[in-house]
Amino acid sequence: MLSQASAETYYQSYAVVLAVLAAGVLLVGVAFLAARLIAPHRPLPAKLTTYECGIDPVGQGWSQSQVRYYIYGFLFVIFDVEAVFLFPWARIFERLGYQAVVEMGIFIGILAVGLLYAWRKGVLKWV
Amino acid sequence: MGWLDWMLLLARIVLTFFMLLFALVIVIWLERKFIADMQTRPGPLRAGPRGVLITLADGMKLFFKESFVPTLADRPVYLIAPILAVVPAFLAFSVIPWGTHVTLFGREIPFQIADLNIGILWVLAMTSMTVYAVVLAGWSSGSNYPLLGSVRSSAQMISYEVGMGLALISVLMFTGHLKMSEIVAGQGGYYWGFVPRWNFIPQFPAFLLYLIAGLAETNRPPFDLPEAESELVAGFHTEYSGWRFAMLYLGEYLNTITVAAIATTLFLGGWRGPHPSFLPWLWPIAWFALKILVIFYVYVWIRGTMPRIRYDRLMAFGWKLLIPLGLFWVLATGTIVLLPGLYGSRGRLVAVGLIVGIGMLLLLAADVLERPRSRSREGASP
Amino acid sequence: MAELIVFWVFAPLAVASGIAMLLQRNAVYSALFLVVNFFALAVFFLMLGAEFLFAVQIIVYAGAIMVLFLFVIMLLGVDREERLVEPIRWQRPLGIFLGVGITAEIFAAVRAGVGFAAKAPGGFALVNQGGNAQAIAKVLFTDYFLPFEITSILLIVAAVAAMVLAHRRRGAVSGPPPAGPARPQPDREAEVAG
Repeated sequence: MLSQASAETYYQSYAVVLAVLAAGVLLVGVAFLAARLIAPHRPLPAKLTTYECGIDPVGQGWSQSQVRYYIYGFLFVIFDVEAVFLFPWARIFERLGYQAVVEMGIFIGILAVGLLYAWRKGVLKWV
Repeated sequence: MGWLDWMLLLARIVLTFFMLLFALVIVIWLERKFIADMQTRPGPLRAGPRGVLITLADGMKLFFKESFVPTLADRPVYLIAPILAVVPAFLAFSVIPWGTHVTLFGREIPFQIADLNIGILWVLAMTSMTVYAVVLAGWSSGSNYPLLGSVRSSAQMISYEVGMGLALISVLMFTGHLKMSEIVAGQGGYYWGFVPRWNFIPQFPAFLLYLIAGLAETNRPPFDLPEAESELVAGFHTEYSGWRFAMLYLGEYLNTITVAAIATTLFLGGWRGPHPSFLPWLWPIAWFALKILVIFYVYVWIRGTMPRIRYDRLMAFGWKLLIPLGLFWVLATGTIVLLPGLYGSRGRLVAVGLIVGIGMLLLLAADVLERPRSRSREGASP
Repeated sequence: MAELIVFWVFAPLAVASGIAMLLQRNAVYSALFLVVNFFALAVFFLMLGAEFLFAVQIIVYAGAIMVLFLFVIMLLGVDREERLVEPIRWQRPLGIFLGVGITAEIFAAVRAGVGFAAKAPGGFALVNQGGNAQAIAKVLFTDYFLPFEITSILLIVAAVAAMVLAHRRRGAVSGPPPAGPARPQPDREAEVAG
């Protein structure tokens, strides 16, 4: 897929990142293993209960979270996609000239209208 | 690549890890000293001279402590979460040039593990991975406080990640480079002969945006709501103990160092700085460390000064102020870069950046200092 | 050579994680296997020389969309009893129909795509000269300008829809939350949104 000369360094640079990943996991894993060998291990039922400020926990620990977080998550996805579009644009807009800025202005404008809608509707207000 | 190259690469990775962990030990001690100084108390004293070894002592202590898995916890996820807290921080740091290079065995060895073509994007990708540690640690604990803490925290982190991304985009627009080494290379030279051409001067608004978003991204005070001791015990790591807790703690500080290192590279000229000609490889590292420490000191200073922000105001601050300002600044940078007729050279951009930056600072200050207008809806947040 | 090794490591990983995702009963595990799958796919983009798409795959899919998924899972509560009765009667036949349709479509797309890279003049290496991000930007902001703008409208429509479905109206919030431990009450409208 790539020309031969650039393929070498291209693959190399990512192989290095993979090596960092492996080294990081190895470091943490070895530390965990060592801690497991050294640290005491005496589980007691009372020790293993859920922390509830000293009283016995009631029911299962998994409660439902509020729907509001979902909206923030959704807004985040949208603005993240926007940011991703901005990255290639930022590299090239100088060559394409003012029309690239106008194009992106429209794009951001439309999304800003969405944010404004959310704002006006009170979605951004934490109740 | 011969075996020597592979060995050198391995040495580079090990050296970078070692430096990072060393920095961690120092930085945690410094934070405790700084904050103690601000609160007029001595801080750690006993372990080593002036308590330098306190972090090591704490680490050793946690190493010998039992780390158990609560009965209700989801075992595999509970065990994976601390690893996810540490590894992405290493990966993000791996693209950062923390020095120039040395020549060993006839090879140039850069103080940077990998100079990826997608440098900034890689950083953004890896910082977005830290959310998983928080979400999974909180969820897998099988307890309410960690769960609430983790959902809160992840909502906060993703909200401020947008602002962070916008700051990075502004820098990218200004410099035109994604590669970390090229960004540092682009910051050589001086404005008017004596002011270094570091990006934080023309891109001051983006610098502010990045610092604030970084504060929220690493869950540091005043944005430490995921931990919010008074409300959620300790947030997402309530159920963690022993070495696993140490890893989550470590991950948090590693992320702080990484954020400071990225800020240094993108805005403060990276390893650049005037230095004498002997040992030419040592001084850039010292400059880099110094700049990181300055940013870190600012973070500690903020911690010592500001009270914790209430959650609704935190989210409002992110979405209603930081993101609109970020979007505005992206378009403004685009316009300014493209208007040579009006602005002549980029030198004028410096002035514009400073003016807008000061304006932003005032706006931010106004928002933080502003009293809550209505008290009717308080107390209803989860 | 390197390509082959990478492919044979990550292709089975992608397939295995995909299958594991489908077979998992625990929603969070499913989501985690999907993350693994996304990473494997990202590596494939890397192999094709599309570094930018590699980063996008991680940032958008693994970083944003999966977090949204996890929010939804937490919103619905994980430990809820599995409903064995299908609440929507026509869902199953429709699902089978659409599944067959998308399989056919994927097959056709793969069939058409075989040898595509070889046919392209100069290959990807030429197009990607000077960076993958620029190459994408060049076509995106000139030839594909309209679809790009429409994307933003699409995004905003989705966001508005989600807000309309999930946002509680002002009147619905009244009084303090119910007493008891810090445990938010399940939200009626949440189920519509999920």
